[in-house]
Amino acid sequence: MKGTLSIVGFGLSTIGPGTATGLIFAAYINGVARQPEARSILQPIAFLGFALAEALAIFGLVLAFVLK
Amino acid sequence: MLLAPHMAQPAFVPPSSADFFFNPAFGNSILATKPVMLLLFSVILISGFFIVSARKAAVLPSRLQFSGELVYNFVRDGIGRDVIGEEFQRFVPFLFAIFTFVLTNNLFGVIPFMQFPTMSHIGFPVSITIFVYVVYHYVAIKKKGLGPYLKEMCFMPGVPKAVYVILAPVEFLTYFAVRPLTLAMRLFGNMFAGHLLLLLFTLGGEYMLKSALFVKFFAILSFGLAIGLSFFEMGIQCLQAYIFTLLAALYIAGALAEEH
Repeated sequence: MKGTLSIVGFGLSTIGPGTATGLIFAAYINGVARQPEARSILQPIAFLGFALAEALAIFGLVLAFVLK
Repeated sequence: MLLAPHMAQPAFVPPSSADFFFNPAFGNSILATKPVMLLLFSVILISGFFIVSARKAAVLPSRLQFSGELVYNFVRDGIGRDVIGEEFQRFVPFLFAIFTFVLTNNLFGVIPFMQFPTMSHIGFPVSITIFVYVVYHYVAIKKKGLGPYLKEMCFMPGVPKAVYVILAPVEFLTYFAVRPLTLAMRLFGNMFAGHLLLLLFTLGGEYMLKSALFVKFFAILSFGLAIGLSFFEMGIQCLQAYIFTLLAALYIAGALAEEH
């Protein structure tokens, strides 16, 4: 079997951001469920947090392709 | 021998970053390659759509005018007013241009016959990011002056003095390196990964169609997944356009914010 170790590294690098994204949306859903009128305030915050957490996984992906 | 291909078939070559480079359609110039042509087409498409939709503006909007205003209102109210606050009006054209431009170019990734997200070439997100970078620093320096801006950036109040040794360089790096880097990389990475995913399932399906009968069954699965993922990608593409604009607005809002 052939392949590069970088792809395994990418897999590892997604664990953290995956967990973080889950936590962020869990908190967002909780917030909206408790206080539906706060949705418009919470939405940009949730997506911002999601974008920041996800950036790390994207770095992993880019590096997996760069480091052959 | 059920799984063995009945013809001498070469091994499957998974898609790689080499699949993202195109030969020029004519001539030898880089300007004649697919991404650049899609980019130019997007500019024509966006300006054409909004000129036509706004030309016969009426109090009772037509469907076309309504759809144009829907996008505009989304950026102005949802991103501009909610995030930047008081002075949002003068940044709305900037944000609106970024949003429509990124959105159209991303959506090219799933539109039949184009099927290539322009932003999966790092150069395009980087150039938009340079615009955002210059704008938010310029706005802050113009409003606060260079010295106070740097001071506010590095030495946020309410922190013990010893912590500044670590905090000041980190904050400085955040403003000047991490923010633009993540902004460009996020858009690029998402579009790149999405396109690669679709490529993998379509190429894999094609390869399996040429294989033995038993394997052909899985080709259907692969093509089905490719279609399903196209819809998923559409969602990601809209989301990334939104996030890119939202972050640009947030950086501008941070540059305008008074010292607490």
